[in-house]
Amino acid sequence: MNNPVDNPYIKCEEVITFLLAYLSNELSPEKEHEFERHLAVCPSCVAYMKTYQQTVKLGRATYEKEVEAAPLELGSGLVQAILSSRFDQ
Amino acid sequence: MFISETAGTLTPELRPAVAVGGSEEARLLGALRAGDARAYEQLVCKHGGRMLAVSRRLLRCEEDARDAVQDAFLQAFRALPGFAGQSCLGTWLHRIAVNACLMRLRSRRTKPEESIEPLLPTFLEDGHQAVPAVDWPEPCDRLLERQEVRQRVREAIDRLPDTYRTVLLLRDIEEMSTAEVAETLSITENAVKVRLHRARQALRELLDARMREVTP
Repeated sequence: MNNPVDNPYIKCEEVITFLLAYLSNELSPEKEHEFERHLAVCPSCVAYMKTYQQTVKLGRATYEKEVEAAPLELGSGLVQAILSSRFDQ
Repeated sequence: MFISETAGTLTPELRPAVAVGGSEEARLLGALRAGDARAYEQLVCKHGGRMLAVSRRLLRCEEDARDAVQDAFLQAFRALPGFAGQSCLGTWLHRIAVNACLMRLRSRRTKPEESIEPLLPTFLEDGHQAVPAVDWPEPCDRLLERQEVRQRVREAIDRLPDTYRTVLLLRDIEEMSTAEVAETLSITENAVKVRLHRARQALRELLDARMREVTP
């Protein structure tokens, strides 16, 4: 078992700086282990990671809902303008 | 007629869909190259809505978005003879629309962009977070049911500096790959990752105070 004195935890700063790499599975196994060791004892970093993931989800879903609410159509005026521009080339 | 080389390995129920989808696209492309007016109208009606949606997101101005879509189609019509068909028409047009928007964003930038630094997390000398993070009390699915929350998310994304907002929109909303965004913006993949992470951190910061207040 790791002893925190012999094997100190990485800092919150390192966890938050490399969070994207961690969530994208781009860290080495050793680094990932250090991340998870830190997360096991740091509720603040766990909360940061959860709210970071919620932020991504909120952004995506907000625009998905927007597309559901408004039909993806150009309108006849713009369609005609685009088609006419073909002959202006 | 275009038929996927892998069609023979697909399960029987999938074969017709692949063959029809591929042949429809090939037929449309052939008609476009032959100058068929109905094919042009079909192309615009089929793909224009999605192009307008991405343009609205990137440009945040209805008039500019409509102009960008028109520019994009004009460029696409010019480039059609050289279109090799290596990607589907929708993907190709989406990329042209994104580029048309980026050109407009660059041309309308008249003053230096605001720094994103004030929206990034800060740390104490010992490496701990200066302001400890706490959970948001309500889950995302419940938050998204609220029009007020969705409005706040859109406003927060709009407040991000363009350099970061663009990467966030292309990666998280348009779901382009890191490599595609890097190529589109002429930056390295590592720069895309750095900008994306900062954009998400800044967006989280902009939403944090309000999301903490939302009661289940």
